[in-house]
Amino acid sequence: MRSLWPSIEPLLDGVTKPARYIGGELGALTPEHRPGAVSWLLIYPDTYEIGLPNQGLQILYELLNERPDALAERAYAPWVDMEAAMRAAGVPLFSLENHLPATDFDVLAFNLSAELVYTNVLNLLDLAGLAVRSAERSAADPLVLAGGHCAFNPEPLADFIDAFVLGDGEEVVGEITEVIGSWRAQGSERQALLEALASLDGVYVPSLYEVRYAGDALAEVVPASPAAPAEVRKRTIADLAAWPYPKAQLVPLTEVVHDRLNVEVFRGCTRGCRFCQAGMVTRPVRERPGEQVREMVRAGLARTGYDEVALTSLSTADFSSIEETVRAIVGGECGDQQVSVSLPSLRVDAFTVATATEIARARRTGLTFAPEGGTWRMRRVINKLIREEDLYGAVEAAFANGWRRVKLYFLIGLPTEQDEDVLGIAALARRCVEIGRAYHRSPTVVASVGGFVPKAQTPFQWCRQDTVEELRRKINLLKEACHKVRGLSLRWHDPEASVVEGLASRGDRRMGAVIERVWRAGGTFQEWSERFDMATWAEALAAEGLSFDAVAYRARDEDETLPWDHLSAGLHKDFLWSDWQDALAAVAVEDCRWTPCYDCGACTGAGLEHVVASPVPPAGGSQGTGQDLSRGDRVPVRFTAGVGTR
Amino acid sequence: MTERLRVRFVKLGKVRFTSHRDVARMWERAVRRSQLPVAASQGFNPRPLLAFGLALPTGAESLAEYLDITVVDGAAVVPLDQLARDLSAGLPVGVEVAALGWVTGDAGSLQEQVTSCSWDLEVRGVRASELARRVEQLLGAPSVPVQRERKGRAVDDDLRPAIRSLSVTPRQQDCAGGGSVWLQAELATRPRGVRPRELADALGADVVLGRARRTQQWIEHGGERREPLGMGAGLGTAIAAHAWERAS
Repeated sequence: MRSLWPSIEPLLDGVTKPARYIGGELGALTPEHRPGAVSWLLIYPDTYEIGLPNQGLQILYELLNERPDALAERAYAPWVDMEAAMRAAGVPLFSLENHLPATDFDVLAFNLSAELVYTNVLNLLDLAGLAVRSAERSAADPLVLAGGHCAFNPEPLADFIDAFVLGDGEEVVGEITEVIGSWRAQGSERQALLEALASLDGVYVPSLYEVRYAGDALAEVVPASPAAPAEVRKRTIADLAAWPYPKAQLVPLTEVVHDRLNVEVFRGCTRGCRFCQAGMVTRPVRERPGEQVREMVRAGLARTGYDEVALTSLSTADFSSIEETVRAIVGGECGDQQVSVSLPSLRVDAFTVATATEIARARRTGLTFAPEGGTWRMRRVINKLIREEDLYGAVEAAFANGWRRVKLYFLIGLPTEQDEDVLGIAALARRCVEIGRAYHRSPTVVASVGGFVPKAQTPFQWCRQDTVEELRRKINLLKEACHKVRGLSLRWHDPEASVVEGLASRGDRRMGAVIERVWRAGGTFQEWSERFDMATWAEALAAEGLSFDAVAYRARDEDETLPWDHLSAGLHKDFLWSDWQDALAAVAVEDCRWTPCYDCGACTGAGLEHVVASPVPPAGGSQGTGQDLSRGDRVPVRFTAGVGTR
Repeated sequence: MTERLRVRFVKLGKVRFTSHRDVARMWERAVRRSQLPVAASQGFNPRPLLAFGLALPTGAESLAEYLDITVVDGAAVVPLDQLARDLSAGLPVGVEVAALGWVTGDAGSLQEQVTSCSWDLEVRGVRASELARRVEQLLGAPSVPVQRERKGRAVDDDLRPAIRSLSVTPRQQDCAGGGSVWLQAELATRPRGVRPRELADALGADVVLGRARRTQQWIEHGGERREPLGMGAGLGTAIAAHAWERAS
């Protein structure tokens, strides 16, 4: 064990934000590397500021360090200036705790939260001093693992990663540790380790599968070893209450995103938004008991000194105990000091705004809603069942309660989208500004527009993606429609980045060579607009005989083999297909937490159930449950200008 | 009745790579954890009333950083040696309280009061004798011109008036040693402060600045020079040595 700190320290005077590389956070451990303990390096392949708050990584960090047979340290992607300094000085990728070289670890485990970081994964393997391709690494090299939402189509990284983990990591990291421990004790070949890992539920070892093509099309991905199951199913923890982690959330010494206490209130989501991979792959819903949430908030605030807590989930206003919990926190039951609460992913209705009002007594700057679609028809297609009256009610409540800025998230390039759906975004945003004028002289509405990227294991996995040109044309339509509307500002995501994300989200194993080419051409940090380079991707695709048309812009048939067909997020393929057909017909489905099961497969197939404390939908029950969907496009007349000058 | 508590603290070791803003956030969290009855600012977004002194450049160490905390009720504050321990326990390794004391109401803010700072500067690239020659030259010069950027424009400034004293430390014995020479400097904060790096550059292009450590801050008033808060009963030196051990 040799600390690289003496070689790292001299580099830090010459780089931006050197505090990214020092470790020392509150909650950080300095585990002792000892014989018999499997050492994990948990890597987030983006900058420290983005990666540090990641809750999944922090949960595994604690769980592994609690085990007598394991230990874990962390690493993040050094920014380009630090990487250059490290390469010039011969310093490899290092851990933040003991500043040890990555190759001192038994396992390098990557968190894959977004597709555009894939080139960073290769870069970090290389910076560690390893061959990027699994086939070129030996038994003496660390085992390279990856998990996270992107692992539900792991094929683009299949040539670089030894094994992927699908689903919740809490249990399986322990099983992997034991497999590695006993493999090491026996001193057998790498192949034996891979086969033993493949026998674990939720672990996919791509090298044990053969990929067959029929011409240019993917024919099948089949086991090439008796150790490899025909289908790998994701892991799911049944009860979040049994996993009150992180117990000692890391408090960074320097500024990061989401710099606050984060407490996960539930995992999974059954609202059924058809574009949302996170909602589809994390089912069923598993709530944490309200009392446990409050205790975690209490202990967390006292330990960290934070004055802000986020109650995290995919739709926190749906948490059964949301009202008691918010009341307890703002009422001082979780600490004597003033604490602000943030609720990411707000549901859109007036009830939610009332909750938000209660918690934002002091800081009332901006409120964000995500209607996603510009017209009621479009929102039925994507199953984001926000009626016009809910949205305008929410916006009016927000302005009436003192907010001056409302931010609205939308997607363009959605299936069946017509220009009138796109223009509906502008109409809706303009109307929100008008509502605001009744309460403030200069209300602000920000409409933020992203290009839709179809994702694996969702009903939209068969859908064609809009071309760059088509997305640009739609953005221009919106620019014209929003032009010179005082108080309305339009923001949009780069269409080229959306399309490249689409290559990685639905590509098959052949995409690996493209990713490698882009990395070799210097294309790291592609999710950073100043580093993204479309030309490099286009060249790499062409060099591999692939195209945007074949991977991104093309709709798939029902009987086409998808690159992830041998992997299961628990959802039946026929459920996904029928949901896709419903989408095309603009038919909505309700949230199954409070309505009968329609057998998506997430619960029934795994012997699980939703863990939801409340037997009835939340007050305000938006998104279809118990609502009259026939009048979703009605605009209530009382929201015309001049009303409500309270 | 609000009262002002002055804290002297050290910043040593790895944590020196955090910025002035980072240090402010660390203190906000540590103060909340300590349950000190700190006063809050007015307005939409109330913050605890913490007033920091001169910013320390990112990467520099210090034995003499200062912070004023406005407390709501001085009588409710725990004994100061207890408070010093509570605060240090909530701060990262390398940042520790060296002294604590009450400030009388009419004293100005740290930013207004402090007139100069003493520094230990590690220098590489030149031998001690050569460095001593250049120091003499610099001190003898009527002016030391430097180009700075202010509001996006290049401005000509003179470093010389702000250099109160400068000398090569004879036979420095320091754990960071090894092939380097140390300078001792006292640099004025007004009208414009001199950064250690600017001083190193003024000594020659081949002079490489290593560690920079602020050792003291001074308030000069009516010909008298004193520190904003003395170390008091050797507490500071003891803590500093201890912090140094833990942080490096």
